[in-house]
Order: sequence, then structure tokens, then C-alpha cells
Amino acid sequence: MSNVGILDGHDTHHDDHDHHHGPAKGITRWLYTTNHKDIGSLYLWFSLAMFLLGGSFALIIRLELFQPGLQFVQPDFFNQMTTMHGLVMVFGAVMPAFVGLANWMIPMMIGAPDMALPRMNNWSFWILPFAFAMLASTLLMEAGAPNFGWTFYAPLSTTYAPETVTFFIFAIHIMGASSIMGSINIIATIQNLRAPGMTYMKMPLFVWTWLITAYLLIAVMPVLAGVVTMMLFDIHFGTSFFNAAGGGDPVLFQHVFWFFGHPEVYIMILPAFGIISEIIPTFSRKRLFGYDSMVYATSSIAFLSFIVWAHHMFTTGMPLAGELFFMYATMMIAVPTGVKVFNWISTMFKGSITFETPMLFAIAFVVLFTMGGFTGLMLAIAPADFQYHDTYFVVAHFHYVLVPGAVFSIMAGAYYWLPKWTGNMFDENLGKLHFWLSFVGINILFFPQHFLGLAGMPRRIPDYALQFADYNMISSIGAFLFGFSQLLFVFIVIKCIRGGKQASSEVWESSHGLEWTVPSPAPYHTFTTPPELPKRVHS
Amino acid sequence: MSDEQNNKPQAKLSHSRLTAKLLLGVVGMFAFGFALVPLYDVFCEITGLNGKTGGQYSYEASQVEVDESRLVTIQFRAMNNAGMSWQFEPAVREIQVHPGEMNEVTFYARNPSGEAMVGQAVPSVSPFRAADYLRKTECFCFNQQTLAAGQDIDMPLLFFIDQDIPEDVTKLTLSYTLFDVTASYQQSAGR
Repeated sequence: MSNVGILDGHDTHHDDHDHHHGPAKGITRWLYTTNHKDIGSLYLWFSLAMFLLGGSFALIIRLELFQPGLQFVQPDFFNQMTTMHGLVMVFGAVMPAFVGLANWMIPMMIGAPDMALPRMNNWSFWILPFAFAMLASTLLMEAGAPNFGWTFYAPLSTTYAPETVTFFIFAIHIMGASSIMGSINIIATIQNLRAPGMTYMKMPLFVWTWLITAYLLIAVMPVLAGVVTMMLFDIHFGTSFFNAAGGGDPVLFQHVFWFFGHPEVYIMILPAFGIISEIIPTFSRKRLFGYDSMVYATSSIAFLSFIVWAHHMFTTGMPLAGELFFMYATMMIAVPTGVKVFNWISTMFKGSITFETPMLFAIAFVVLFTMGGFTGLMLAIAPADFQYHDTYFVVAHFHYVLVPGAVFSIMAGAYYWLPKWTGNMFDENLGKLHFWLSFVGINILFFPQHFLGLAGMPRRIPDYALQFADYNMISSIGAFLFGFSQLLFVFIVIKCIRGGKQASSEVWESSHGLEWTVPSPAPYHTFTTPPELPKRVHS
Repeated sequence: MSDEQNNKPQAKLSHSRLTAKLLLGVVGMFAFGFALVPLYDVFCEITGLNGKTGGQYSYEASQVEVDESRLVTIQFRAMNNAGMSWQFEPAVREIQVHPGEMNEVTFYARNPSGEAMVGQAVPSVSPFRAADYLRKTECFCFNQQTLAAGQDIDMPLLFFIDQDIPEDVTKLTLSYTLFDVTASYQQSAGR
């Protein structure tokens, strides 16, 4: 058995097979690798590490909020935690996880031998650890880590920022460069390396959603790089992009930031839609309902994401016409999103459903993401938003779409493809246990935050009025339950890598698609000659 | 294998062509981010959003008719931005003017600190839609003000209200926020 793979510490298992181009030995395998599976694994491990780091920041926040008053940390450190939690989770956990899944799965799904630009692939991964090391190192500096929130609004992030803001700016630059290179690679792979006969409308939906996501990244990551560059100039070179005294405007910052920021939230959810669209048909033993409409819905969401950014800014004093436009444009997104949710439900309808761990996560995704979507609609109502703005209701909303949304989809994808990566089935009982602990934990954690927000508790505050105490305590209990359950996930993954029931090529009873035609574990090189497409790939 | 080698140069070419196009897109979007800055100003100017008043306006009596049938109330506000220590206030808090009529008011500023400081006043008009009709022919906000330690100054503002101001606007507020720009002034002077 050739354990291609995933854990550096287990080289001894390798190479019972005599591959001509097997992986190199030792650490240099990982440093110099241009293999899409190696790089995919690196991304996924990195993302897991960042998920745990960002999660520990979140636990510090919830620890402090367990009771009213200041118990454990000072307000400035609390602000550093909210900022670092957001940055690490968005740029370190969710985005690299999706890129890792793309690296592993896209070439195997479209019958390509590797990514189109393998050396750039190596580079786009290996600059990431440096970016995050730089960002995290600010925690050890005297001035402290960035404390202005992950949205880094000027002038908090310029005039009033700690000196470490420059490290933050360069870290964002590097992360942006990594994302842009990753996207170029994914687009080149999908557009140029599909196996003969794999037309666009036959591509698996995960590939489709990633293609659209990659274009979104190319469109908005440079804008993010631009806005932090303007900050850099304001701070160090005396320009006044966001400085009112010099003729600039802090509100401009918010416009430019959210022009990046809103497409960014779809960057974090479209690949999730793709993963869920792979998993639900498999365990429903039916084909995906409405494949074409899924593609069009994804494209519509991507388009709409560019014209709704100011719904984050309803309280900045926009004219009525602007509020109305952004309100209706935002609500319009519910239409293609609804198409997707109904398609998933229709796929399950009258299917022979079994509830393996990936399917449990996928169903929880559909239910909880939809709830997050509905609170999004509530926030989209401009007059109501004046009440909800900057409260825990917003926190509950975006955590419902990001944690049981993006994070659950990544978990679902990890369980779904883990047997393909390692050749072993994971421990199904532990997987189910992990799911239920996470599912219960997440709802205890985030559901009470809706009530806190509606009652008026502001976000990003280390202390609160007494009437909020009960729900905060419940929320913190959920946070610790959810947080520590993720250690179980780490255990399950490592256990699965080290052994377990041998997985077949198909792994799941009703799986279909090219990735399930190669043996498990997937050999180091797959599809060096383009595959014959099986009769029924999709549609 | 030979098949693959035949395909290779073409694939390579299309990879680099596609990569070049995508990189062009990246550069374009980076530039677009910066283009948003002037676009934002132009947008605000056209729509009158943000309450920014226009620049210096030259008053020609022949072009402006004084509309004596209307009176518009103008309130003056003066505020210090965080960290600014000057005493800063309008000489009068409120006046009533006829549209088209030239008016002069003054704002008083005093630097109570022990060293020379540079201040910059930034105007804002509310309601926003009236901002475009407030025409200034001379304003202390067009320049930075340098005051020595303990020095004070009466700063003039000459303006008129455009006679095209919408009928329903009967009251507007002109507010100035004073920023301490000493540091950036020294920075640019030192260069």
C-alpha cells in the first residue's frame, strides 16, 4: 500500500509500490514539491493549524464574555483578539482550506495530470506561512497586534493604529499575492487542462463554483491590496486618502474595503456550495437536481456580489436612493441562493438517503446556512438595519453563514474525500460524534447571539450590561463545546491517515465523477494520460 | 506519451497567454482600486453627497439675482477634531440671508498652546442636498492656518446662497471641523 501522502512523519509507509516518480524523501519533498496533491495537503494542514489558532483567539473572547465585567483580559487585548480571530479565520483558515481542496480535487475531477502552473503553485502556498508568521508575531511586540477589527476601518487603522499596523499591511499584501496566484492557477487548470469531452457543462459543480470564485478573487484581491497600500501611504508618506484634514475621506475607506469585502464573503461560500452539491447527490443516490440552474445561480450570485457592497454602510449617511438601491440589490441575492437551496432539497427528495458523516455535515449546512441567509435578509432591510447595525445580531448572522456554512462544508468535504486521500475509511462512529458535538455546540454558541443583538448588545466590546449575562454565558458554553470538539476532528483525521478499513476506488456506494475512478489512496500521479470519460459524469 | 509531447507546446503557450491575460486583469483591478478615489470625489460632487462644499467661487453681481422674497437661515458650527486644542468658534451662531445676497461672517480661533500650530478646517453642510448651493468666494478653509503660541485670529468667510436652492430648504447648517495638521505640515516642509 502506498500511503501517498498526507503526513510527513510517516515516510516509512511509502513506496511499497515502485513509482517512477514517487515523492521525494524528507522535508525537501514538501519544500520543493510541485505536485498538486502534496500542495493540496500542505494547504489543508496549514488551514487546520490556522483554524485551531483562530479558534483559540475566539475562546479567549468567549472566556472574557462568560461573565460581565473584566475578568481575564484588558480591553485593548480583547480588541486584538477580535481582530486576529477574524483575520486568521478568513484569510488563514477558510480560504486556504478551499484552495487546498481545489488543489487536491480539481485536477482529479477534470482528468488533468496536475495543476497548470505547478511551480507557481508551490510558491503561492509557501509564502502563506510567512505572511501569517508576520501577522502573528505582532502579538509578541510591545505595541500589540492590530486592534482595529478585521475590517480595519480608517482612521482606526491609520491615525489611531498601533505601530504594528505595517506588519499587518505587508501580511495582507502577501496573502493577496498568494490568493491571486492560486486563482490564476485554478483558472488555467480548469480552462486548459480538462480531459477531452469534459465540456464546461459537464464539469462537476465543485469545479464550476471554484472557477467563478477564482475570477472573483482576481477581481477583488487587487482592490484589497490597493486599499492597504493607501493606508501604508497615509501612515508613512503623509498622503491623505482617508484623512479628512488633508482632504481625504474615511467613508471612502469603507467603500473601497467593502467593494472587496462583499465579493469576499461569496469567495468564502461559493466553493462550499460546490462541495455540498457533490456530497448530497452521492448520499441521496440521485443525480443533482437542476445542474444547469446551479451554474447560472452561482454566476448570478457572483455578479450581484459586486453591486451590493454598501449594505454594510447603511448608517454612514447614504441618501435614500442609495439605501433603496443597495437594499433591493441585496435582497435579489436571495433568489439565486434560494434556487440552490431548493435544488439541494429536490435532490434529496425521494432519494435513498443514508446519513454518513459527510452527509450529516451537508444537511446541517443546508439548514443552518439557510438560517444565516434569512438573518442576512433581515439585515438587508435598510430601516431595520439601523437597529441591528454593529450588534451581536450581525455577529450571529455572519457566523451562521461562515461556521455551519463555510466551515461545515470544509468538514463535509474533508470527510467525503479523506478515504480517497488516505486510502482508509475514517472512524464513522467518531465522525458522527464529531458532527453531533459540533452541531449542538454551534447552535448553543451562536443562536443566543441573535437575541443579544436584538436586545441591543454591541459587538467588539469586552464588557456588557447585566441583562445580557445569561445568554452570554450560554453562548460561551457552546463555544467551548464546539471549540474542543474540533480536537476530535484532528484525532479522526490522524487516525484515518495511520490506518483503518481499506477504501475502495468508489469509496461511497453511489459516488460518481472522475476522482472516484482512480484507486484509493489516489496515486502520486493521476491521469498522466487523459481519461476516457465514464458514460455518466454529470448531467 | 508521444501524443502528450505533441500537445505540450500548445498547452504551454495557452497557459502563458491565459496567465498574461489574468495578470493584466489583476493589474487593472489594482488600478481600479485607486481610480475609486477620484471617482468617489466626482460622484460626491455630482450628487452633492457627503455635504462637501465646492471650492472657491467667483461672484459676479450681474449673474446673481437677489431673491428678496425668501429668507434662508444659516447656522454655523465649529468643532475641534480629537486632539485639537484651539479655541474655535463662530462670531455669530445663526444668520438669515436672502438667496443671492453676499454675506460675510467671521470665525474666531486662538492657539492656547505654548508652540506654533497649524490647523485645517474641513467644512460640511447639512442637509447634503443643500451643499451645492452654498457658494464661497472666500474661506479660511481654503488654506491652512498657522498660529503662533497664544496668537488669535478672526477668520473671514464670504459666501452667498445660490438663488436656485430648492424652495423647501429653509434652514441649513454649515459646520467646520478643525484638524491639527502640525505634524504633517512639518513633514512636508522638511522635505
